[in-house]
Amino acid sequence: MGVKNVISHVFIIAWKDLMELFRNKMALAMLVLMPMFMMAMAGFIFPSNTSMSKVSIALVNEDEGYGNYSASSIFINVLEGINNSTEMMVLTNASSFDEVRDMIQRGDVEGGIVITRNFTLNLMTGEQGSIIIVTDQSNPQLSIALQTGLKEVFDQMGTWLAQQNVETLSPLVNATNSLAVVKPYHVETKGAIPGTFNYFDFMAPGLMAMTVMMSVMTGLPAAISHEREIGTLDGMMVAPIRRLGIILGKTLAQTVRGLLQGILILILAIVLFGVVIHGSILLIFALLFLGVFSFVGLGVVITSFAKDQETAMMVMMTLMFPMLFLSGVFFPIQQMPWYMQNISKVLPLTYAITALRKVMILGANLSAITLELTVLIGFGTIMILIALPVFRKAMTR
Amino acid sequence: MHIIEANDLTKRFGKLVAVDHVSFSIEEGEIFGLLGPNGAGKTTIIRMLSTLTRPTEGTASVGGYDVVKEDDKVRELIGLVSEKIILYDRLTAKENLRFFGRLYNIQGELLNKKIDELLELVELTKWKNSQVGTFSTGMRQRMNVIRAMLNMPAVLFLDEPTLGLDPQSSVEIREFIRKINRENKVTIILTTHMMIEADMLCDRIGIIDYGKISALDTSTNLKKLVSGADSTILELEIPNLTTDMIHSIRSIKCVSTVSQNNSTRIKVNANGDDAFDTIIDAIRTNKGKIISVKNLEPTLEDVFLHITGHEVRDKADQKIKMNRHHMTKPRVR
Repeated sequence: MGVKNVISHVFIIAWKDLMELFRNKMALAMLVLMPMFMMAMAGFIFPSNTSMSKVSIALVNEDEGYGNYSASSIFINVLEGINNSTEMMVLTNASSFDEVRDMIQRGDVEGGIVITRNFTLNLMTGEQGSIIIVTDQSNPQLSIALQTGLKEVFDQMGTWLAQQNVETLSPLVNATNSLAVVKPYHVETKGAIPGTFNYFDFMAPGLMAMTVMMSVMTGLPAAISHEREIGTLDGMMVAPIRRLGIILGKTLAQTVRGLLQGILILILAIVLFGVVIHGSILLIFALLFLGVFSFVGLGVVITSFAKDQETAMMVMMTLMFPMLFLSGVFFPIQQMPWYMQNISKVLPLTYAITALRKVMILGANLSAITLELTVLIGFGTIMILIALPVFRKAMTR
Repeated sequence: MHIIEANDLTKRFGKLVAVDHVSFSIEEGEIFGLLGPNGAGKTTIIRMLSTLTRPTEGTASVGGYDVVKEDDKVRELIGLVSEKIILYDRLTAKENLRFFGRLYNIQGELLNKKIDELLELVELTKWKNSQVGTFSTGMRQRMNVIRAMLNMPAVLFLDEPTLGLDPQSSVEIREFIRKINRENKVTIILTTHMMIEADMLCDRIGIIDYGKISALDTSTNLKKLVSGADSTILELEIPNLTTDMIHSIRSIKCVSTVSQNNSTRIKVNANGDDAFDTIIDAIRTNKGKIISVKNLEPTLEDVFLHITGHEVRDKADQKIKMNRHHMTKPRVR
């Protein structure tokens, strides 16, 4: 029984699995919807610089002014001016700090701004005016975003006020150079590649790798143990074909399924989210294939040990969740504590994603990802070598 | 040379001994039946012979090849119809057969011809391009049998081939089994818990209970085991039958079993010369009116009872209940 036979059996089995998939309308719909949901989630819920919009904020003005002059009114005017153009907040008036607190507790507003009693007085007498930002600690993500957002607004406003003050103080200063007096320099961030970079550029490679890998990781055990349960696996096991052919055939079908989803993600990323691919598409697919290859052995081992489909799925899910978070799909690995980073370094998905990111975002070529390629091929080969005897033994229990 | 040989074949699952040092040999061209209740170890024997399960102890060979060491050679010789139907619902009849045919490296026109021939044989040509999921249970089982025939096996294993089928489909399958045995010279090993099936089809029958083969012979010789041992099987019709009457018959020393067929009819198995008189006396003493007495020929059921000491129905009934949901009419999707 030659290699040629094994290869032909691989294709026959893969064809059969794909036929079954394409005739299952529900599964087909899910196949298309899943990447769309993932994209929508990743693209829209994660915070980016313009992500905060129309957050309801309570505004309290306790300031009593100084004579006819009220700095707080100017402040509110500026705030509303900025807000009208950014639509960051929906402002509601409130009477006191306590009321703001109650409103946050009731969920009417998500934060508050309190201009303190002697705001104008302090400004006029040469002291610092103070403004309190009230945040909702039960929602830390929003609270941080709110703080950052508002600080930026106040910063702009402070600069603007300072500019005005400087302009009135000295006739030497005019509208053009007042900014240079108050803020002598400004900081600009520039990436290694041209163009703007958003969170989605970071997410897309990870999402692709994740989807393809998830397809295979859940699909392979499900496909094998499902056939074992309904008894059709015996039909293949009783035929004079290599067990490797069965494993690879099933894997090929799952890989095609995963790649279809991966391509869908890529298309959505480019069309909907303006992701630009800087590297070679061919290299991207090669990497996805290798990523799958590195997982096959693990999937087969789990299938062999799990008695039924349900157990196999549960084991897979338990392994997959930590892996998703640890391999840098959603958050950069560098943000994690050192011991977690060490765990990440053992996971093949990490290497698949790192390499994919390098190629997609930075336009890296083959030589830049040699380490990742070596790890993926090595891990995959070792796992398949372990998996084959385990599978053979488990199937003839 | 025997086409199948098993020596001390044993399979343990943890502490449970599913098959316990079973030895037998099967002649080429024979229809061999393994008869026994559910859980007796029939399926495990089939799975070991068809290389799907590794024996814990003992050896077996098919066509002279060892089922463990030369499993690939064995696989080329055999076809398997297992209890679960090995077909993919979402593929058409033809696609299913093409898939399995190509696993045996049968290709192109040869495969198409083979498929058409087999479909014709079980009168499914009309449904060639319909998905198997839409087939009735009987149609599926016919498909399942021809699927196992694709590689022209020398040995065909049939695990409960008529389980859950209606009487008509069962008859069709049995006729088909006999036909392929006669025309294609295929050696057939079938398991069943149905006495009639074993009686009708098999050249020789192995009675299996608790993992052991307790008797192995032709149906006629097996029945002689019962009738030769001065046993009596009576069917009595008593209109005023009472439970007390049954109890008192049961308590007679020479009576082995009493089974009630309906409200007036009982069947009594007994041993010994004076069994007939003793039973009639017991009924008379209980003021029973006997309308008719029939002296029955022993059936395989009686043989099973005689050999194992219990009825095969005890366990088999559960299986029938479990499989009742298979007995649905043709489904339309």
